[in-house]
Amino acid sequence: MLGEGILKGLAETAKNFAGSFVSEERLTTVEYPEQRLPQIENTRDFPFLVYDGEDPMAGLRCVSCQICEKECPPKCIYIVKSTDKKPDYVGKAQFYPTRFDIDISVCMSCQICVEVCPFDAIKMDTEFELSTSDRFGGLILDKHKLAKPNSYYQKIHPTEAAEVDGRLEEEKQKLEAKAKAAAEAAAAKAAADAAAKNAAVAPEGQA
Amino acid sequence: MSTSAIRSYLPPVIEVDAENELLEVAMGPHHPSTHGVFRMDVALDGERVVRLKPVFGYLHRNHEKIAEKTTYLASMPYTDRLDYFCSMTNNWAYALAVEKLAGLEVPERAEYIRVITAELTRIQNHASAIGFLMQEMGASGTPLMYAFREREKILDLFEELSGSRMMCNYMRFGGCRVDLPEGWLDRVSRLVAELPRFVDEMEALLTGNEILMARAQGVGVLKPDLAVNAGVTGVMLRATGVNYDVRKVDHYGIYDRFAFRVPLGDHGDIYDRYMLRVLEMRESIRILEQALPQIPAGPILDPKSKPRGFRPKPGEAYGRIEAPKGELGFYLISDGSGNPYRYRVRPPSLINLTILEDMCLGQNVADVVLIFGSVDIVLGEVDR
Amino acid sequence: MKTAEELLSELQKALPGVQVSLVLNPSPSAQHALLVAAADALRVAFYLRDEAGYDYCSNATGVDWLDREVAEKVRTTRTVKKDVDGVEQEVEETIEQTVKRMESGYLEAVYHLYSMKMGPTDPHLPMVLRMRTENRTDRTELPSLTPVWRSAEFQEREIFDLYGIVFRGHRDLRRLLMWDEFEDHPMRRDYVDPDDYEYEPTPHDEVLKRAEAHRAAQGGAQ
Repeated sequence: MLGEGILKGLAETAKNFAGSFVSEERLTTVEYPEQRLPQIENTRDFPFLVYDGEDPMAGLRCVSCQICEKECPPKCIYIVKSTDKKPDYVGKAQFYPTRFDIDISVCMSCQICVEVCPFDAIKMDTEFELSTSDRFGGLILDKHKLAKPNSYYQKIHPTEAAEVDGRLEEEKQKLEAKAKAAAEAAAAKAAADAAAKNAAVAPEGQA
Repeated sequence: MSTSAIRSYLPPVIEVDAENELLEVAMGPHHPSTHGVFRMDVALDGERVVRLKPVFGYLHRNHEKIAEKTTYLASMPYTDRLDYFCSMTNNWAYALAVEKLAGLEVPERAEYIRVITAELTRIQNHASAIGFLMQEMGASGTPLMYAFREREKILDLFEELSGSRMMCNYMRFGGCRVDLPEGWLDRVSRLVAELPRFVDEMEALLTGNEILMARAQGVGVLKPDLAVNAGVTGVMLRATGVNYDVRKVDHYGIYDRFAFRVPLGDHGDIYDRYMLRVLEMRESIRILEQALPQIPAGPILDPKSKPRGFRPKPGEAYGRIEAPKGELGFYLISDGSGNPYRYRVRPPSLINLTILEDMCLGQNVADVVLIFGSVDIVLGEVDR
Repeated sequence: MKTAEELLSELQKALPGVQVSLVLNPSPSAQHALLVAAADALRVAFYLRDEAGYDYCSNATGVDWLDREVAEKVRTTRTVKKDVDGVEQEVEETIEQTVKRMESGYLEAVYHLYSMKMGPTDPHLPMVLRMRTENRTDRTELPSLTPVWRSAEFQEREIFDLYGIVFRGHRDLRRLLMWDEFEDHPMRRDYVDPDDYEYEPTPHDEVLKRAEAHRAAQGGAQ
């Protein structure tokens, strides 16, 4: 019968239309911004800089190695390396970025900077409501705007942050163990030297 | 020279009455039916198309030049932006070419993840392609929104996996970037279990529809010998009855392990292309049903692969896969440095348009929109 | 599926006198190529399509090879007079010299062929066909293979557009991606970007220098 196919299609749309009144599943939209969907954990949009401790500028993990600047595909990162060294949050003297700008009008959220960073200093944010009336100034984020605490990172990417923290802790312990071992070795060596000296001196004394 | 050598594969010449005045129409670049910015310079004799010249380049950004100026890895996120519907398959094709160039091995788990993501991509691409085709036929919205509803579910899964819905940037040379999040496979299995119902719904809505049949059957017919000669690939080629699927022919990845059929058309018209997309969605669901329970544990990246300082030895490689739109290939020449000496994308969307002129000549102008829509192109890939 | 070597000997047997040679590919992909002289290209292409079964041209593209300096070790033999055991004799002596010379560059068109007729084979390698122009400046003509494989139609237009190889016998050789009035060929290795940096929000390094130079040229305006 001519028109059978059309009727069948209409029945399908009618079923979907009526179904949306009874089945939650068929209502696939939410009323943003009043309603929001839960954030997906792995979501990424623009990078931010992680800092430890209380002071954002003192606690920045970034040591200004400029690998991310070099590897960034659209070249949206601009770093000026410091000329002096400053102690980082664990007290080791490191270079730091005097300037760290990310132009998020150029950034394409590919997170290659995160992948190549050897210091876990740059991570991807999930903040997406970044509209601004100033096209040029408002979309360049400097290091003050980029710096966010480690607790924020743990909040937005809990699984990934836990893994990173575990790794950093491990490295720290390894460093400490190494320092301790070095100190012990030095102490042992000093003791041994002293003993040898004593031993060398002793026979003379006996003689 | 044999007779076939002399035979030319050129578009037909349409006879026009000398008295008739031709009407020149520029369809595009901002025509609602074009999937981006694309222009067709059409000459009409009444309703009949007597000349058609496609004009490209509105979205050209010289992707290849950009890639030759940066490292191998830095091109990976740019491949997402070629055919922005199918970033996973674009990633795969590029990764495959580099793996061939550098001789990298892909761990088994990564191969399974690649197949799963690629087949999900195929399903959402074909669903939206059908939706857009119907949109151009005048079925405003309904089939497209049904397709997008399903696509949304797949994109959510991609976001969970890679962090981004469309610009996944997920695959790496010799594997994948991150391992699957917890519970991801269960969620994919649940989605795959629901998908056949969606395809049935799509078919109930469209397959028997008289309007679709009247507008699509016998329109935009492509002959198999011309299709082969013009390098047409993907659904467009198989709709003409030529059995050529890179998944079957090239044995790339682990497609040999799965039982699936390659649906073939008979007439090479728009309706066959529509039908093939529906059938391919069903076959993709079959592959997913087989792949999901089989996926092994293990590493996801070749230990030889590294993000920085990647320098393949001098040489060249051409790697290709069956992307949803056709055969997507990458041709790379290495001179031993960190940047590719030559980086070339073989875009299926562009080459499938070679025969647009042949299909449209002599047809009504209203059908041009439909024929163009049935090719299923994305301008990001055509213009690169 | 025949290897490139087998195909080469088959071609030499079937079409005596054609200039075809093998280009080896050292990468693990082992996709070796056949280099064919421009004059014989159409004959070879028709043979490959009709007799050898390569009915499908997947990819056609250009490559730019710049002029480069090659250092070669050259051995020359000369006769010198030498005093051997008190008697003056003429002795042949071989000296090795490093000679530097400029090898002129060329543009290359590369075609990747497959066979749809033959179906799946293992391994399924592409047949790579290459043609080279005489130089990069004025003798950049090659025969078009579009009459053999129509799939090269848009791709050859793209090569013409981006590399500047002129394909003789192409039915509609116009620019594909750039606009018609555009003059240069942007994919060439020595292409210089036009100075049109209007505004770069975070200019640095090279871009900063160019942006400043541009601004100065524009009279200080942005």
